[in-house]
Amino acid sequence: MSVDTLPQKVESQAIVKEYVQRVRGGDLGALPAIFGLVVLVGVFSVLRPIFFSPGNFANLLTQGAVYVVIAMGLIFVLLLGEIDLSAGFASGVCAVVMSVTLVNVGVPWYVAILAAMATGVVIGLILGSLVAKLGIPSFVVTLAAFIAFQGVVLLILGQGNIISVRDQTIFAISNKNLPPWLGWGLAAAAVAGYAAVQLVQARNRSKRGLAIAPPLVIGGRVAAVALVIGLAVYVLNLDRGRAIPLMGVPIVVPVILFFLLLWTFVLRRTAFGRHIYAVGGNAEAARRAGIPVDRIKIACFVICSFMASVGGVLAVSRAASVDPNTGGSNVLLFSVGAAVIGGTSLFGGKGRALDAILGGAVVAVVENGMGLMGYGSGQKFVVTGSVLLLAASVDALSRKRAAATGHR
Amino acid sequence: MTTPVLELRGIDKSFGPVQVLHDVAFSAYPGEVTALVGDNGAGKSTLVKCIGGIYSIDSGEYYFEGNSVTVSSPREAAALGVEIVYQDLALCDNLDIVQNMFLGRERKSGLVLDEATMEEMAAKTLAGLSVRTVKSLRQHVSSLSGGQRQTVAIAKAVLWNSKVVILDEPTAALGVAQTAQVLELVRQLADKGLAVVLISHNLNDVFAVSDRIAALYLGRMAAQVKASEVTHSQVVELITSGRSGTLGLTNGSGS
Repeated sequence: MSVDTLPQKVESQAIVKEYVQRVRGGDLGALPAIFGLVVLVGVFSVLRPIFFSPGNFANLLTQGAVYVVIAMGLIFVLLLGEIDLSAGFASGVCAVVMSVTLVNVGVPWYVAILAAMATGVVIGLILGSLVAKLGIPSFVVTLAAFIAFQGVVLLILGQGNIISVRDQTIFAISNKNLPPWLGWGLAAAAVAGYAAVQLVQARNRSKRGLAIAPPLVIGGRVAAVALVIGLAVYVLNLDRGRAIPLMGVPIVVPVILFFLLLWTFVLRRTAFGRHIYAVGGNAEAARRAGIPVDRIKIACFVICSFMASVGGVLAVSRAASVDPNTGGSNVLLFSVGAAVIGGTSLFGGKGRALDAILGGAVVAVVENGMGLMGYGSGQKFVVTGSVLLLAASVDALSRKRAAATGHR
Repeated sequence: MTTPVLELRGIDKSFGPVQVLHDVAFSAYPGEVTALVGDNGAGKSTLVKCIGGIYSIDSGEYYFEGNSVTVSSPREAAALGVEIVYQDLALCDNLDIVQNMFLGRERKSGLVLDEATMEEMAAKTLAGLSVRTVKSLRQHVSSLSGGQRQTVAIAKAVLWNSKVVILDEPTAALGVAQTAQVLELVRQLADKGLAVVLISHNLNDVFAVSDRIAALYLGRMAAQVKASEVTHSQVVELITSGRSGTLGLTNGSGS
């Protein structure tokens, strides 16, 4: 397409060709995550048939939810080319704050959740200011916070203490399901919304004579989304209970989808999101363009820690308790892994909110599948570490290849 | 003779004890390309940064369209209609052409970015500059060639109805064909009525497109002359020794 003769449509073939070219040029996008997911699901299903059951599918979702939510926040920091090593224990601190206010102080559940979220925002403000204003490398700031937060959790809880959280609402988030009709209703609304956005956008563009994707591609996208969502809801609405009937979409799923929509909107449709990519791509260019680089950085750290607090709430909900290990051990590793496996670059400037879900699915499948195979924590850590390293290698290699072919 | 859109008189600029610009006068005229030449360290970049509001001037007068103005920040310069395309272009590789052209000045409808309007305006600007080498406005800048990147950077500067466009060494890193392309673009900007200031070390480029040549020598304006009235070797002398025959500085004092 040349600029002065803007044609009405781009042919489907051209789109496919361009995509193939992009992939060969090193812009792999979601391919590694989807490929990994298919392979892992295939292997585990063959080795342990129970892996491929509706019950385990629901289990996977609630298991991966914490990583997905924290990874979604981490993506903002990764987009800047920074890192937040403290996100895991930040979620732990927020979980403890929520549990203490809920159980020891006795406030209602929503006040407790707000307290946790406020804690997350404050943590993000502090970390972001140290990185953006003082100029300490984020690696050091968040490593220090990683250690300190571990201590904060211990100080609040006391050595070896556990607070069990019996609040029904909080327990329900990770352990209760939507009624089947509501699941279908939400699915229909999601698909209809997606289709509407696609159509309005295409109509808007064609009215102004700008290039649009052919109807076949738009239809294909909507069909693919409808298929994935429909299939998931169908499987989740099957009865997976052993003694008593158990069915429906876990409540945590719409929670995650809400954040997916929110952050996708922020990143793709707002000037703020555009500026995040600009700062990650070329901070100096962003500064010269009049973008307040410092404020963008602080905002990203705030979003990251805020999402960590949401992750903390989900962790408490799932375990129905909080202990000094909440948000510790593998949570951070799995969350960073989820973001990177999903296709977010560690070098900044590249990533989407959806990456957290794709990568989180891979991480959850590894953890869940290996658990079913009877492997212990030792093997799980080694395998997950390897998967993270593999994803980072794919990231680095595709970046190199992109540099060689001029795509980056 | 037309009046200059941008005129500087008696500009002084020091960094601590080092005086970089001495009593510099400089004018840029609409519809003309003014080349700013000078050896390394002559003060070209400092002068440009003073014009662009990145440095504040110590003393001297800054006239824009005949009015005396003070420019103390890049924002103020941009508001007047002065745009600078730096040598490193200041583009974000991970954004596409439209996104780069509107960086920091995005069009919005309500809270949401107005992508369609931005793409339309970008397409119009590029078409107005007769740019035909770009395949799609939605391709990432990383996939563009050096000449195309320069084109995008220039188009970004022109998008805002700017009146003065300053190009810092736009051809320094380009091959022969791409240099020709960019020079043609520079000429076009002037033909559209903009005042173009071209900083270059390459005198062939300078003579190819310029109407006027301003030569800086050790922080002083050696001469600002019409390109048609001087020869290649005279300009070289102005750059290297500050004078050439009757032109230029007299015994190192002011011009």
